[in-house]
Amino acid sequence: MANTLDQFVDQVRENRIWRSIFRSGTGESNLHKSLVVQQNVFLHLFSIKARKRTMEFNATWYLGALTFGTFMILVITGVLLMLYYHPSVPQAYADMKDLQYVVSSGVFLRNLHRWSAHAMVFLVFAHMFKVFYRGAYRTPREFNWVIGVILLLVTLLLSYTGYLLPWDQLAYWAVTVGSNIASAVPLMGARIRFLMLGGTAVNANALLRFYVLHCVILPLFAILFIAVHFWRIRKDGGIYPGDQSSEVGSQ
Amino acid sequence: MSAPKDFVATLDSDARKTPRRIAFITKRTSPQIHVKDEERVMTYPEVFFRVAVAIEVLAIALVVIALIWNAPLESLADPTHTPNPAKAPWYFLGLQELLHYFPPVVAGVLIPGLVVMALIVIPYFNINIEAEGIWTRDKKRRLGIFGGVVAALFLVLIVVPYIRRLLQPGVDVPPVWVAFWPTVIVAAFMLMAAQTDPQSATGFRRWLVRKPVSFWIMTWFLFELVVLTAVGTFFRGPGWSWVLPWKGAL
Repeated sequence: MANTLDQFVDQVRENRIWRSIFRSGTGESNLHKSLVVQQNVFLHLFSIKARKRTMEFNATWYLGALTFGTFMILVITGVLLMLYYHPSVPQAYADMKDLQYVVSSGVFLRNLHRWSAHAMVFLVFAHMFKVFYRGAYRTPREFNWVIGVILLLVTLLLSYTGYLLPWDQLAYWAVTVGSNIASAVPLMGARIRFLMLGGTAVNANALLRFYVLHCVILPLFAILFIAVHFWRIRKDGGIYPGDQSSEVGSQ
Repeated sequence: MSAPKDFVATLDSDARKTPRRIAFITKRTSPQIHVKDEERVMTYPEVFFRVAVAIEVLAIALVVIALIWNAPLESLADPTHTPNPAKAPWYFLGLQELLHYFPPVVAGVLIPGLVVMALIVIPYFNINIEAEGIWTRDKKRRLGIFGGVVAALFLVLIVVPYIRRLLQPGVDVPPVWVAFWPTVIVAAFMLMAAQTDPQSATGFRRWLVRKPVSFWIMTWFLFELVVLTAVGTFFRGPGWSWVLPWKGAL
């Protein structure tokens, strides 16, 4: 049975149409396994091989991968939530109630999105401290660390802009507290706050702005920087092996 | 005459046919060649499989959490009715706690700005690249700097608020004990490291004495971050007063 299934899978993968899409073909050789990574526009961000000891759990606790996992969950649940959401006052709040009482699994969808968002913020911080304490930020990985700091800020902004969208008391006043901090910037604080909110207080304009930032602009930045972040792992010699003496380019 | 070679060197640019590389190491080769030949795994399928399993476990955990606990939803936003306390999202509560003590331009702009700047420049500080223990060399001078930093923090966090209280009796300027205690604890461990012999019998103390200055700064920052965020989240009630979590701060 397993044999025939394997044969069937192999037949599909050797099919002309399949091969026109995935050029790597079938086979168990390292060459074939390399081609799978090399010839895929997304996977070729990664190197073909990795040091075995960097794959051990203790090396990274898989925190970067898990952060990316929460990001993917957030994109999927976020797109689904967009189908039920209008960024207008007070319809936004009515949509929350609809998620609760009308939409199938609406509560679950919102729960998953919210808890994943908290998890992502936590994991980004955890990832940063883990990288620091391993010393993995040092040459030649210094620029990837900087990209990581940018991704930390993008994550915080994503979470913060999403916080307003339910348009309940919690959302409204949390964002009011945050936007008041922006007005403390010397000289142009009030202007920054006005630009952020599209007005002098948190209102319908602010909701629309936060919605566009949350659903379009910030996710695009996140995806862009995540791609560079992953690609730089390969370019900087793979995941930090744990001692500098075993690295290419070390003395 | 030299012995016959047991290999044939050919030139071929087709990596599919000849995927091996030969490196000719001459006397002028740079030290870059001193690399241990260590075991590697194929990214496909080994690495992708492990990552997929890790993400799958996380996804299941999050699904379970989402099935058990509902996301908070309060009543419709009402600009005329301010809840007390009005709290920012949890990851900003450390900042909000600082806002309780310092003017907004310090707590909301200066401190977070400096933190971000500090994080960005971390890898570009090439001093102490060998990451030797903080007290290994130059101990006297470094203890002097250390004492100065702790004294300065004590001055800013504790002494200045008390002086301002004396000068402006009506104004409430609380001393920042919540940020000072983590400083004291980290400083105590640093002094313990300074008092420790590198060949100490205790494993923990040997570990402590090897820690470089960057470790101590980051640990202090992490400790402050956790304490301030926890206090802002669990111990603050109406008017940002000190409330115990089981008495309604949550």
